[in-house]
Amino acid sequence: MSFIDKQARSLLLAEIVTGLATTFRYMFKTKATINYPYEKGPLSPRFRGEHVLRRYPNGEERCIACKLCEAACPALAITIEAEPRDDGSRRTTRYDIDMTKCIYCGFCQEACPVDAIVEGPNFEFATETREELFYDKEKLLANGDRWEQEVAQNLVAEAPYR
Amino acid sequence: MPTLTVDGVEVTVDPGTTVLQACEEAGAEIPRFCYHERLSIAGNCRMCLVEMEKAPKLIASCAMPAGDGMVIHTNSQKVKEGREGAMEFLLINHPLDCPICDQGGECDLQDQSMAYGSGNSRYDELKRSVAEKNMGPLIKTTMTRCIHCTRCVRFATEVAGVEELGAINRGENMEIATYLEQALDSELSGNIIDLCPVGALTSKPYAFTARPWELSKTESVDVLDAVGANIRIDSRGKEVMRFLPRLNEDVNEEWLSDRSRFSYDGLKAQRLDTPYVRKDGQLQPASWGEAFDTIAAKLDGLEGGKIGALAGDLACAESMTALKDLMDLLESPNIDCRQDGAALTTESRSGYLFNTSIAGIDEADALLIVGSNPRHEAALINARIRKRWKRGNFPIALIGEQVDLTYGYDYLGAGPATLKEVAEGKHSFAETLKKAERPMIIVGQGALSRNDGAAVLALAKKIADEYGLVSDDWNGFNVLHTAAARVAGLDLGLVPGEGSRSATEMLDGSLEVLFLLGADEIDTSKLTNSFVIYQGSHGDAGASAADVILPGAAYTEKDATWVNTEGRVQLGRRAVFPPGDAREDWTILRALSEKLEKTLPYNTIRELREKMVEVAPHFADIDQVTAADWTPFGTEGTIEDAPFANPITDYYLTNPISRSSRIMAECSATFSKVKGEGTGTNG
Repeated sequence: MSFIDKQARSLLLAEIVTGLATTFRYMFKTKATINYPYEKGPLSPRFRGEHVLRRYPNGEERCIACKLCEAACPALAITIEAEPRDDGSRRTTRYDIDMTKCIYCGFCQEACPVDAIVEGPNFEFATETREELFYDKEKLLANGDRWEQEVAQNLVAEAPYR
Repeated sequence: MPTLTVDGVEVTVDPGTTVLQACEEAGAEIPRFCYHERLSIAGNCRMCLVEMEKAPKLIASCAMPAGDGMVIHTNSQKVKEGREGAMEFLLINHPLDCPICDQGGECDLQDQSMAYGSGNSRYDELKRSVAEKNMGPLIKTTMTRCIHCTRCVRFATEVAGVEELGAINRGENMEIATYLEQALDSELSGNIIDLCPVGALTSKPYAFTARPWELSKTESVDVLDAVGANIRIDSRGKEVMRFLPRLNEDVNEEWLSDRSRFSYDGLKAQRLDTPYVRKDGQLQPASWGEAFDTIAAKLDGLEGGKIGALAGDLACAESMTALKDLMDLLESPNIDCRQDGAALTTESRSGYLFNTSIAGIDEADALLIVGSNPRHEAALINARIRKRWKRGNFPIALIGEQVDLTYGYDYLGAGPATLKEVAEGKHSFAETLKKAERPMIIVGQGALSRNDGAAVLALAKKIADEYGLVSDDWNGFNVLHTAAARVAGLDLGLVPGEGSRSATEMLDGSLEVLFLLGADEIDTSKLTNSFVIYQGSHGDAGASAADVILPGAAYTEKDATWVNTEGRVQLGRRAVFPPGDAREDWTILRALSEKLEKTLPYNTIRELREKMVEVAPHFADIDQVTAADWTPFGTEGTIEDAPFANPITDYYLTNPISRSSRIMAECSATFSKVKGEGTGTNG
């Protein structure tokens, strides 16, 4: 019985018809692929991308050099040096993140008591050389200025769950 | 002997013990902020509450004397609630600024609120804030964080002996302040940083530079004075970040003097990190090979008598052994470790030791200080003397410069004439010494580094012999050194032999070659004709007069042996590596000896230490004091009338490391009575 069934199917090209039917069905469905980089998919507010160092609205940097992110970092990617600034406040003189070591776990932003270091929504920071991925304080603060709006929105959205 | 029960464990303690101490003995941990073993009891933090049966309320265990039959509970629900309550009160006015507080990570309040606090706050009102106080260049204050434990006040008043700190106002307005709004004028002021259980008093030079969890800790010994205080070197990478005292009841208890604690930035400045050779009148960087070749060429065929060597105050025993052996191989008898010309000889070990031992001061019952200012020469020994003095029945007399020693003393006179009077029994203090059961005499370098030093030493010995300062179980004769290297140098025999030159004679420019092993406290003006080789860590007086400089390691950068003024042999350990091309000192001498074809017979530090033990067997007894036999020393002779002058004119700038330190320079400007001459633009 199964022999006759098999022969009939191949004679009537059943597999091809099924395959073509799938093809035709997908031709009229909405597309799953997007035209990256001209189109982008949605990102969760919890997305952990490139790091930014934020500032207060008055331009003062938030980071107070408590070194908790450095201590929390499981990949030892963060290096901080600090000393009193001229006005006596505690600030970093060096804040380096080795983005090649970073595993994007988000512990640094969880440890931060002042929401200074945050993993922003940017994931498009590929570089041509390795050295460009050794971020310093200047680069991180520049990131912060660029992504402040998005980062702030995400933090507000996430605030109830923290 | 009261016997009490703590959590079901029965303990018997000495009368006068507090309940807190009894609990500790029984193995129960009691949280505390104001209580400290070495300070008087204040009982104002209320953190040490425990439950005592038959008492209506919880008791403050630190202030309650242990009584017979007490039944104490330290873990009951009532105690837990009591502690939570005390903690809540302490936290009411304590700011939540742990992230920017230097105490973070090593804070008693942080730790204890984690362990004994309730975990949440009911306080919504405003916290009080307090203005910062000026406590000088070493101590940073953040008085808002203060929990009024008054440990600092008690330390300043009781241990340091400067009544400059106190609490002003009452209740919520209470503030800890220096009465005169000025820096705390004490050599021990840094200790209040360690004592402060919160971040109210922190170290100003260390401010914000590191966190305790990122520091590597190395247990070592301090060498900036001759006390040999035990320290912990906290380093990060190749940098020493700070020094902390380490507990050693026999030496420094748990204190550390300011110079020893804060000179660490001197380890990063003025360093010799490459060999130098003088060419065309200028010191120029060179390679090790070049430096050794220059020395070898100069020494080639030179007779031993024309070569001399001087060991400085910071030289370790290893390098001094190597230097001595090298000079022996070069057939030179000219070697000296007494760059200040002190009249100390190797004929009797008891003649140059602090025989009573530092802990022995506690048992003494009369003291005569001759030509010394222990407050500057050995601040920690001075604290011990003060501790003994506070117990009472301890007459102290001083011959020498009249200075503030933080305790009361009879001022007998300025010079040797008074000492002679005491020795001849003409002075009333002679009676006191005679009557005392355990009298002691401290002879300082001010009395010994004079032309008639040997005679003064003999006179002091005469006093010791005549007034019973030395008996079978007591040796009250003490020499107080100012240099960490001195006792080791004398133990190892770094003194000129018969008919050879002493330190002062070597410096008159008559030698062809002079080797300076870290010798900086010298007058180099007459050395223009000598070929000077300087081996050391810092560019100071010795290096500027040198023709060849061999860069050595500072005390934090080498494994080395040190002997303190008591004769206690202690090991220092390497915390960081020497900068640049600098090397450990004994290895430099070993390498040089090979170049000179007079190879020293050791290849490892272990072999070198075996050699040291051969020369002086007590080097095998680490951390021990080997008592010295009371044998004759000193040479009687005529004594000049000139008064004794203390060797230290500026406490903060006694050695090349401290002189390179910015922190010490700042302290010197703030505290020292000796002010430098104006620049001409200072009005």
